[in-house]
Amino acid sequence: MIHEPLDERELIDRDIEAYLALQQKKEILRFLTAGSVDDGKSTLIGRLLHDSHMVYDDQLDALRKDSAKKSSAGGEVDYSLLVDGLLSEREQGITIDVAYRYFATEKRKFIIADTPGHEQYTRNMATGASTADLAIILIDARYGVLSQTRRHSFIASLLGIRHVVAAVNKMDLRGYDQAVFEGICADYAAFAAKLGLRDVHYLPLSALKGDNVVTRSESMPWYQGPPLLEYLETVPIARDQHTSALRFPVQYVLRPDLDFRGFSGTVASGVIRRGDRVHSLPSGRASTVARIVTRDGDLEEAIAPMAVTVTLADEIDVSRGDMLVHGDALPHVSRGVEAMVVWMHETELRPGASYLIKHGTKVVSAEVTAIHERVDVNTQDRHPARSLGLNDIGRVTLTAARPLLFDAYADNRATGAFIFIDRLTNGTYGAGMILAPAAADAAEGGAEGARGVTAAERLRRLGHKAAAVVLGAGAEGLAYALERRLWDEGFSAHVIGPREAGAVPVCQALGMISIVLAEPGAEIEASTQVVVEDGATVESVLKELRARGVLG
Amino acid sequence: MALTHLQQLEAESIHVIREVAAEFDNPVMLYSIGKDSAVMVRLAQKAFAPGKLPFPLLHVDTTWKFREMVTFRDAFCRENGFDLRVHTNREPEAAGMNPFDHDSQTYTTVMKTHGLVQALGKWGFDAAFGGARRDEEKSRAKERVYSFRDRLSQWDPKNQRPELWNLYNGRIHKGESIRVFPLSNWTELDVWQYIHLESIPIVPLYFAAVRPVVERDGALIMVDDDRMRLRPGEVPMQKRVRFRTLGCYPLTGAIESSAVTLPEIIREMLLTRNSERQGRMIDHDEKGSMETKKREGYF
Repeated sequence: MIHEPLDERELIDRDIEAYLALQQKKEILRFLTAGSVDDGKSTLIGRLLHDSHMVYDDQLDALRKDSAKKSSAGGEVDYSLLVDGLLSEREQGITIDVAYRYFATEKRKFIIADTPGHEQYTRNMATGASTADLAIILIDARYGVLSQTRRHSFIASLLGIRHVVAAVNKMDLRGYDQAVFEGICADYAAFAAKLGLRDVHYLPLSALKGDNVVTRSESMPWYQGPPLLEYLETVPIARDQHTSALRFPVQYVLRPDLDFRGFSGTVASGVIRRGDRVHSLPSGRASTVARIVTRDGDLEEAIAPMAVTVTLADEIDVSRGDMLVHGDALPHVSRGVEAMVVWMHETELRPGASYLIKHGTKVVSAEVTAIHERVDVNTQDRHPARSLGLNDIGRVTLTAARPLLFDAYADNRATGAFIFIDRLTNGTYGAGMILAPAAADAAEGGAEGARGVTAAERLRRLGHKAAAVVLGAGAEGLAYALERRLWDEGFSAHVIGPREAGAVPVCQALGMISIVLAEPGAEIEASTQVVVEDGATVESVLKELRARGVLG
Repeated sequence: MALTHLQQLEAESIHVIREVAAEFDNPVMLYSIGKDSAVMVRLAQKAFAPGKLPFPLLHVDTTWKFREMVTFRDAFCRENGFDLRVHTNREPEAAGMNPFDHDSQTYTTVMKTHGLVQALGKWGFDAAFGGARRDEEKSRAKERVYSFRDRLSQWDPKNQRPELWNLYNGRIHKGESIRVFPLSNWTELDVWQYIHLESIPIVPLYFAAVRPVVERDGALIMVDDDRMRLRPGEVPMQKRVRFRTLGCYPLTGAIESSAVTLPEIIREMLLTRNSERQGRMIDHDEKGSMETKKREGYF
């Protein structure tokens, strides 16, 4: 495995001990590659592995044979075959699941989460993004920024990735034209700003030809920046979790004998020091850190993400799922949380549904109190929603059976994240990122269930106010077109015929939008009425409903 | 201050091991006696120090392991006070199954895969740690850290649970189990570096020595005992060899080498041009053979 430049190879050969000492200083960079079908993602990864010499001769032989047999690379070695692993994928020529790849240079060890670009695999992208520090978003130079590019960038930002490389690939097919590159960059920059992605690096490349992957492209002298690999080796990664508040979720209580009682866990953020005054949550009991124990000896302090065992000076009751923190920087403690959710299962997420959620080292029962909205992953528009389906992303409120100890995901990935587990199948159905503690009323209402449902709660659930849209008895065509349109947009609308006007008050009490075909002079009972004039269209009625605050 | 890559890998693996010990009733750690197992066991010791391992070790013995492996296993477990369980699938053995008369695919399925499934059932283990790494083989690249197996211990690559952050879903129904891979994110180089750094004892077969071998189908096979069937014309030669991976001796190829220290092994690995699995005959039988084996319950 010659995966080092020549001078390093020489060092390995001459003085392996010196080389190993150097290796000790490496750190890990985890990154994600996201792209659409055919934009060359597998080729890029194969190229990174190959050009950084991570490919063995026996693998390379197999690759050449495979390339000759079945390749879309037109006679060249098809690097994508290095990474398209499963039989079922090789048959279809696509990637169907997150795959993890590894390579190292003299500066860093890299872990790549290789995620597929298919529409139906949003869940895989979210999975890969959950542990990544950086995302490479591949953009095909022939097509520019597509809705898929937006989708991938949105998911990356949602999952808290702070560094993005916008890699404009297949520059060879656009004549290595600087203007093409700059146009695409401008499009992307406008969009990235909206997502709050602050650190975006732009890079023109051809994964197939190797331009700007490991070595600087000779075909694009106008690009002054580093090639991709050099950028990945040197980009400073924000690891501000070391300086933030201490979060030590207790994972395992260690009692090897009567004299030792230790609390094992991974420091999620911050620093824990011997002698620190700490509080155990949720009990709130305080004690002092007596020892930080490891098999290699006691430590004075431990930082994230070290896995250690802590002993306390006092005999206080601490168990798995509790959290040790400093008294001056407490997390939120609440049963109700508002969170963004990526739903990953065919069974829809609906209000009132109950799941187990795993948050840190705790598994608790939680009820979905409300679904507020769904986010269109392609446009980032938000729409009222009553359920979340497979690959949907939305904002929800949950109420847990016991208090959760958490921070907002944006502040702390480790304590702001959770997963949904189905009680019957035990499957992982979704992933959540906490925004904030839920408003008190939502939390209480969901937990007790004894209070009547308020108009405000109906509004939250349905995404619209009750209203009657009154049309002339003959306007059936418009009425059904409107019903269809509102329904498709996630609202509850229904047409009421001329002789059924008496049903309107009931429907209004239920919070519906009633489209009423009324006889002239008929009395319609509804607190919000929109009277539709002749010549109106579906669009003009929707506009009016929005203006009147009926649609959320 | 940031952790080095080995410190970070170590911490993540310890987290996984503790999580399984906390959430499962009856976990077991597969111990194959190889270098990856050696690292995994060390990580488990670190996870529960100053206490002992809260679970036993399991070795699925095909009876065709190198003699030095078995000697090492017994001494290692005795010295460390581990609860070692050994299981052998006796039925095929009684029926005369051996690595010479049967193709390596069938042999492995029966002796290792079936043997493992039998052992898990026999002791009722609900979680089994394995030392597999994602960098070993292409189909492993998609394996989860927690790999869910149904009642028949089968793996369905299209129906794996999403695995986000370090939030592992360990919920199973009765009779189901998971395989857990704490070394998922380690590479071969990481493993060797860690063994070096931590002075972890390993089987001497990893170091070069003069050993009796025959050349067979392009590989150097060690004549480890008198059960080794020589083909016409094969005469054992004394060669200075070592092994990059260890398994059943008739199926494990040696490489010619003079590396007798860990740094020399690492140096040789860094300068070599072939992957470690090339020495394993069982992986080459058919395309995607690892995927096929895993679907049937192999690690």
